[in-house]
Amino acid sequence: MGSFAFLSLAASGPSFPTIPALVILPIIGALTVALTPSARVGLHKLLATLFSGIVGAISVWVLAAFESNSDFQFVSERTWVESLGIQWFAGIDGISLFLVVLTGLLFPLTIVAINPSHDHKAYYVWLLLLQSGCMGVFVALDLFMFFVFFEIVLIPMYFLIGKWGHGNAKYAATKFFLYTMLGSAIMLVSIIALASLHSRDSGNDLTFNLLEIAENPAISTTTGRILFLGFALAFAVKVPLFPVHTWLPDAHTEAPTAGSVILAGVMLKLGTYGFIRFGLYLFPEASHFFAPLFLTLGVLGILYGAVVATMQSDLKRLVAYSSIAHLGFIILGTFALNTQGIQGATVQMINHGISTGALFLLVGIIYERKHTREIANLGGIQKSAPILAGAFTIVMLSSIGLPGLNGFVGEFLILLGAFTANRWWAVVAAVGVILAALYLLWAYQRVFHGQADPSDEEIKDLTHWERLILVPLIVAIVYLGIYPKPMLNRIEPAVDRLVAHVEEHAEEGRFREPTPTVGVRSSFADLVENFEHHEDHHGHDSHHDEGGHE
Amino acid sequence: MQELVCFIPLFPLLGFLLLALVGKRLGEPASGWLATMMVGASFITAVIVFFGLRSEDSSKRIYELELFEWIPSGELSVSMGFLGDPLSITMVLFITGVSTLIHMYAISYMHGDPNFSKFFVYLNLFVFSMLILVLGDNLLMTFLGWEGVGACSYFLISFWFDDAANASAGKKAFVTNRVGDWGFMVAMFFIFFKVGSLKYSDIFASIIEENLISQVTATVIVVMLFIGAAGKSAQFPLYLWLPDAMAGPTPVSALIHAATMVTSGVYLLTRMNPVLAEASEWSTNLIWIVGLITALYAAAAAVAQNDIKKVLAYSTVSQLGFMFVAVGSGLYVAAIFHMITHAFFKALLFLGAGSVIHGMHHEQDMRRYGGLAKAMPITAATFILGWLAIAGVPPFSGFWSKDEVLLAAWNENKIAWVLLLFAAVLTAFYMSRLVFMTFFGKPKWAEAGSPQIEDEDQSHEASTEGHANEHEVIEPKESPWLMTLPLVALSLLAVIAGVLNLPFSHDTKFLETWLEPILFGNEVHVSASGSTKWILAMVAIAGATFGIGFAVYVYRLNRITPETMEPKILRDAWGFDQWVSKFMDGPGKKLFTSITWFDKNIIDGAVNSTGRLTEQIGTKMRVLQTGLVRTYALGMVLGSIVVVIYFITRMNF
Repeated sequence: MGSFAFLSLAASGPSFPTIPALVILPIIGALTVALTPSARVGLHKLLATLFSGIVGAISVWVLAAFESNSDFQFVSERTWVESLGIQWFAGIDGISLFLVVLTGLLFPLTIVAINPSHDHKAYYVWLLLLQSGCMGVFVALDLFMFFVFFEIVLIPMYFLIGKWGHGNAKYAATKFFLYTMLGSAIMLVSIIALASLHSRDSGNDLTFNLLEIAENPAISTTTGRILFLGFALAFAVKVPLFPVHTWLPDAHTEAPTAGSVILAGVMLKLGTYGFIRFGLYLFPEASHFFAPLFLTLGVLGILYGAVVATMQSDLKRLVAYSSIAHLGFIILGTFALNTQGIQGATVQMINHGISTGALFLLVGIIYERKHTREIANLGGIQKSAPILAGAFTIVMLSSIGLPGLNGFVGEFLILLGAFTANRWWAVVAAVGVILAALYLLWAYQRVFHGQADPSDEEIKDLTHWERLILVPLIVAIVYLGIYPKPMLNRIEPAVDRLVAHVEEHAEEGRFREPTPTVGVRSSFADLVENFEHHEDHHGHDSHHDEGGHE
Repeated sequence: MQELVCFIPLFPLLGFLLLALVGKRLGEPASGWLATMMVGASFITAVIVFFGLRSEDSSKRIYELELFEWIPSGELSVSMGFLGDPLSITMVLFITGVSTLIHMYAISYMHGDPNFSKFFVYLNLFVFSMLILVLGDNLLMTFLGWEGVGACSYFLISFWFDDAANASAGKKAFVTNRVGDWGFMVAMFFIFFKVGSLKYSDIFASIIEENLISQVTATVIVVMLFIGAAGKSAQFPLYLWLPDAMAGPTPVSALIHAATMVTSGVYLLTRMNPVLAEASEWSTNLIWIVGLITALYAAAAAVAQNDIKKVLAYSTVSQLGFMFVAVGSGLYVAAIFHMITHAFFKALLFLGAGSVIHGMHHEQDMRRYGGLAKAMPITAATFILGWLAIAGVPPFSGFWSKDEVLLAAWNENKIAWVLLLFAAVLTAFYMSRLVFMTFFGKPKWAEAGSPQIEDEDQSHEASTEGHANEHEVIEPKESPWLMTLPLVALSLLAVIAGVLNLPFSHDTKFLETWLEPILFGNEVHVSASGSTKWILAMVAIAGATFGIGFAVYVYRLNRITPETMEPKILRDAWGFDQWVSKFMDGPGKKLFTSITWFDKNIIDGAVNSTGRLTEQIGTKMRVLQTGLVRTYALGMVLGSIVVVIYFITRMNF
């Protein structure tokens, strides 16, 4: 218990209930929208914008008030079901911070940007409930509470896809629902088993408190490994990881634009976040033990997603498969189990949310104008809509991982981390970087370059409104590519703590040697000068006595 | 004065931002002039920095400037930092100098293009990226510029994107470059793993002073860096994108695909010379052997091209091969020397070709040219100077630099020298062919309305005679002064650039002395005696003369029908490109399609049949369940709402 005494520090003070506000405000918003008369269509949007916007503002405040250390901050802790040891226990650390901000901001943006085709009221109710659910997942530090939110999220998304989707929407929604339900059912069993076994083996009261279970490991290695697999299955489906990924292309393709943006931007992170927060933290030994398996699945996902994306004829489906490749990177970084890998994975979660969210928005805009997503029926858009093409280009290059834009930072750190963990997988995974250029540029060429079908009317360029929506995303893409330091600095302490935790509990001696660090060398100039000094001695035999050793 | 180094990339960046925001409003030609001025300002700054460095002692000619930390993570710390040293400033000087001239030229060349200002947006962004590439003080900064120039090259190749071929060429360039970038990235991983840093000074210190990198690791790193360099610098087999890249506007070909970007690979390997010195010999041998193959292979292909820009494209590939021979043999100074002279004369040749294309109303087929010297005297005169420079005629610049590359080959292996000499002879030959077909002989364009020349059609007589359906009669005129002025300036440079490194004595080897501090004693010195060098130079002159003479024999005197000198296999560049395309469209595509089929039918099929199976079982057991997800879902909603309400009531905030 004492091992997380630092919590009391952060939790002290009768300050503003930040986390409850983040989670509950959208629910209040949903209820408010539900209570307004159906006829007042404009009001629904206004209310939804207002509530999700306030949540967004609070999340930005959280970002500003967050202190760069490894503690959980804004901790909110209340007893819930005392007899079962279930708590409302929530907090934010560097790993969840930016996911909270992303959830806070992407929802109002989506609500403002896209109008539903019908049933406005229900649409906004579901979106607000979805925001609450996602927030809940990212802040929960109690296993049971986590599970509740993890499940809640399914329902709004099920209705958003089923009711406002295109084409075979019912099929896609059902598949999405059943598939992820299956995973979570096993996770529920694992959660209950973990809590009760932990209480049995440690002799403490039954608790679902994440920190308490993780910091005082009690269960046996084998049990840990089995339970880890239970969690991992649920997360793997949610990520989704090859080969349990096929719900994603269907869900993405049939979902309405808002659904796709949220699905890609926020919901796909539930699984990867789950792996980092619960998988690694609760089961360090098992994570280490199964790391080769997940590294393999990550690499497979990267290559497989990219190859299948290349051959898609539907633009939206192509972007969906590209997500599978990007999420493969996140898994790769996570199971590298070192600072660069996990930090890269966390960064990549945010970046993928921004870039792929923007990509889906743009595809939605194209669909709205051309009423088709078939790549073969598109073409020459750049001629009549240069600004749309320009926006698409920037987002695409971010997705390809061009240095100077956000996507590169995460990918590079992941590959660097993976290389230290298992060099060959990193070398193979880096091939994904080539393939990403292939499928996206090829798609771009077919959609934007060439001549437009002369029979078509000219496609309208981005409206002022659409530009306004895209600007914040593009600014984020450039800013996080050039100056990711503030973000990395906030993420790192939490990641370091997690890495230390994993290294401490995983079997000893199986970890790599730490990377050698060169003694701080003042400059190139010194080097050249030193070299010239020693030129008389000829050659470069090792001068161990020189230079800035530590 | 060295502090000014950060302004060098800043000007084009500013130009890029300004043009991106208000370029369209500035319109033509103001946006072009703005871009030119920005690059010109960089050039002037670079000159000031150069003199600042020169005034220092040779071991103090280094200036480092760290702007801010870019990517910190664990032990990794990468900064946005600049390194102004003899090598980077040399690169910067010719990059900004040539860029300024080409920008100026482009104002006239792009006249009337609907996307005039956008062209300069990309061009300034390119110069910025290129400067980051050479000025970065760590590998990741170089990589930032490396990918940046790649992206700009992609934008500019597919600048006229209406044409599917241009769009394809842009994509091909980017993707092929990415293959190389893979090597670059893997090299960085190895270096970070071993050294814990990506900063050049740390890497070199770890080799020179701490011996942290073993020979095996160094070898792997060199091979990986070479893959990266081969992608960017169009070495065999990754050269495939460069001939296609000629789809871009001609100023782009001159700037990006001849003078600057494509030499990045040579820069990278020169910069990393301490690692090359540490690697086992086979890896550096690999570099010069691939360079040699590329030089020969592309020179042979250039002999049979009819598109004037294709000749120059293959010529560029071939000349880059020369530079790699020098790098692989450890004669870095020769490589940089040839890079500089090549930048001058090849930019000149491309711009000259652009002037011809401009005058010929976008006709690029040399079989339609002829006798243009009279119509375009300045273009012809400057082009001829460029031709003499590349052909290796003394005292023009190309002679001096190529001579040193040939020495490098001689130092490695006598057979390599013979082969490279042959490539040099071919160079003289195909360039003479180009000059004769374009500027001399009977004007083919005068014959009005000459019909389309089929690609398979080998005889140009057949195609130019007859069919007098008068379409447009082309009347080539000399290009405007904005285009000819850069030609004159570049031709001057192409003539005299040899003085940078004359072999007569130590004092005339300015470049060698200048670059010495950053080569850490890794520059190989040719062991041949003075008299041997003289003889070799004489043989090289004889070779160049023979190449030109033979071209006179074939293309001026017509003693041999040109067709026999232009077999189809050479025109197809040995058929390698077709072979790769065939592979990509055939087995490559088949592999991708079958994986996609597997995804749809096997993986998703399994999921769906499981679903159907459960459904069937469900129907049979339907007693309590309604079997509708919707009902379950509603149940869950109600359930969760109850849970949430319970939550709220139990809490006391």
